[in-house]
Amino acid sequence: MVGGKQVKIPEEENMNPGHVACPGCASALSMRFALKALGRKTILVIPACCWSVIDGPFPYSSVKVPLFHIAFGTTAAFASGIKAALKMKNKKANVVVWCGDGEAFDIGFQTLSGAAERKEDIIFVCYDNEGYMNTGIQRSSATPMKAWTTTTPKKYPKQEVKKNLIEIFAAHKIPYAATATVAFPEDMIRKFSKAKEMKGLKLIHILSPCPSGWKFPENLTIKISRLAVETGIFPLYEVEYGEKYTINHTPKWLPVEEYLKKQGRFSHLTEKDYQEKKEYVEKKWFQLKKNLNLLKN
Amino acid sequence: MKLLLTGNYAASYGAILSRAEAISAYPITPQTQIVEKLSTMVAEGKLNAKFINVESERSALAVCMGASATGARAFTATSAQGLALMHELLHWTAGARLPLVLVNVNRAMAPGWTVWCDENDSLSQRDTGWMQIYCESNQEVLDTVIQAYKIAEKIMLPMMVCLDGIFLSHTQEVVDVPEQEIVDRFLPPYRPPFSLDTSFPHAFGSLTPPPVYFEFRYKLQQAMDEAQTEIERAGKEFGNTFGRDYGLLDEYLLNDAEVAIVALGTVCGTCRAAIDRLNEKGNKIGMLRIRTFRPFPKKKIIKSLKNVKKVIIIDRNISYGHHGILHEEIKSAFYRKLNIPLFGFIAGLGGRDITPEDIEQMVNYTLKHKKTDRDILWWGVNK
Repeated sequence: MVGGKQVKIPEEENMNPGHVACPGCASALSMRFALKALGRKTILVIPACCWSVIDGPFPYSSVKVPLFHIAFGTTAAFASGIKAALKMKNKKANVVVWCGDGEAFDIGFQTLSGAAERKEDIIFVCYDNEGYMNTGIQRSSATPMKAWTTTTPKKYPKQEVKKNLIEIFAAHKIPYAATATVAFPEDMIRKFSKAKEMKGLKLIHILSPCPSGWKFPENLTIKISRLAVETGIFPLYEVEYGEKYTINHTPKWLPVEEYLKKQGRFSHLTEKDYQEKKEYVEKKWFQLKKNLNLLKN
Repeated sequence: MKLLLTGNYAASYGAILSRAEAISAYPITPQTQIVEKLSTMVAEGKLNAKFINVESERSALAVCMGASATGARAFTATSAQGLALMHELLHWTAGARLPLVLVNVNRAMAPGWTVWCDENDSLSQRDTGWMQIYCESNQEVLDTVIQAYKIAEKIMLPMMVCLDGIFLSHTQEVVDVPEQEIVDRFLPPYRPPFSLDTSFPHAFGSLTPPPVYFEFRYKLQQAMDEAQTEIERAGKEFGNTFGRDYGLLDEYLLNDAEVAIVALGTVCGTCRAAIDRLNEKGNKIGMLRIRTFRPFPKKKIIKSLKNVKKVIIIDRNISYGHHGILHEEIKSAFYRKLNIPLFGFIAGLGGRDITPEDIEQMVNYTLKHKKTDRDILWWGVNK
């Protein structure tokens, strides 16, 4: 039980088997959970990302809802257009952008900011596998510091910290911004159900472990998702209107090494690096706790 | 109802009368007034539509595409840099067979900064799969926007309606604004065969491997071929309804002409004046205005020009490293069909005036020379 409420996972399946995700892909499972919560009155917008392949080649589709594949950098605007048309036609549907970190953190960042400012009534979901995985593991601005990618080699791994997507959009004062992982399915389902009921732009940031890109065995996806939360690296929390913070799960504060050492992309890390990661996690948590008390101060 | 309208407002009225349901744009001179007018009309409740103010031209087109894919009639307008920023999505709109209408107010490309007219912005989007019509008057702008939806929605391809920046966009002319009821009869509501509909789910634009991609492109070309008939049909029906006929091309005094001028846009109006003066002196000059640039009506062009002895092409544009773009198109249309000397002038880039005197002198040059080996006859440039 996470987030204080008992959530039942709906039995309804709105995603078919036979999709073409890599084994152990967290984003495939995330889509399954998301569609359970959202139901079939949902329209998906997908840019260039792993999911532009995962759904299946023409004429197949692995989801039971309408889906439009659109160019990189345009999803939040394209979704705004869908919503405008639905309003003109007096129709209702959840309009959902489903994209990787490339779209959300980088190429579609401006468009997302525009849609957030306009208070577009859409659910924007980023399944964050911390790099350009569909093109074969290149660095994005969501790649964590010191991680290996094919464009940040081990001799000179990523030198910059990951952007904080939730905080950036909390600063836009959007009605709802939340993190989620497949290791906490009830929490994820509850967040999608909540987003569905709210008006305005809702952002759900899913940490999406990628066995081929992060270099770990594909049977560890759930475990790694759980470790990301329990080490404090990826806290489960939500922010309403940029002010009301809720931490959905208090981490067990497992050592960060437990998370990092399971992944080949961090195999070059030194004791000093682990220490730095630990400090980074503590600093982030401290900030989160400060935000938690925002309304009280 | 007759109103004194700029080309920009004529475009706005075209969108209003077409009952555009979703409008999105980003301001750029000289286009801005089109969407200012539309946003006012929506705000005042005179147009039942959603107006979405976005943060870039790329987003403006994306909004329109999303609306169109969901079955709404969508409208946007832009110029020059804005159109270039939309480039990727221009391909996507046509490839996704979304019949939206974009008004492009022709403006030269930067650098240096310019807001004045030439046609390099839209002509460099030639191969994106959009139909392109170039207008000569403000009346034609209004009328063409309405026809554009009829044609686009019939063949499921987008249309770009082009008008010369400043020369039309900021010049007032008397425009006959038709009655809404009559426009409604001419242009029924948009009902696409497929859309983003939760009761009829489909995936659009999925991964398309070699065994199928080719066929989609073949069909796009077929639609372009079909567009020639539809543009003529819509133009004729428009004429029957509103008393103003339109076609793929626009001929002026071509019947017994010895020299034909071929051009796009407002320079054709100047040509008419120059031709009248020249013909008073006993010359036999005519003009062929290329109203429809995509699809390029090759057969009709050949039919129109087959009896002339020389052809002058005036390009307010250039394909760097080659020559004028219309010149290039006419040359390719003539290949193995007509062997007539071509005189390809490039004039008026970046909004420099092309006066009736300029046209007369181009004609006189052409009359004096049997043919020319020069790919480009630069007009009025200080070399």
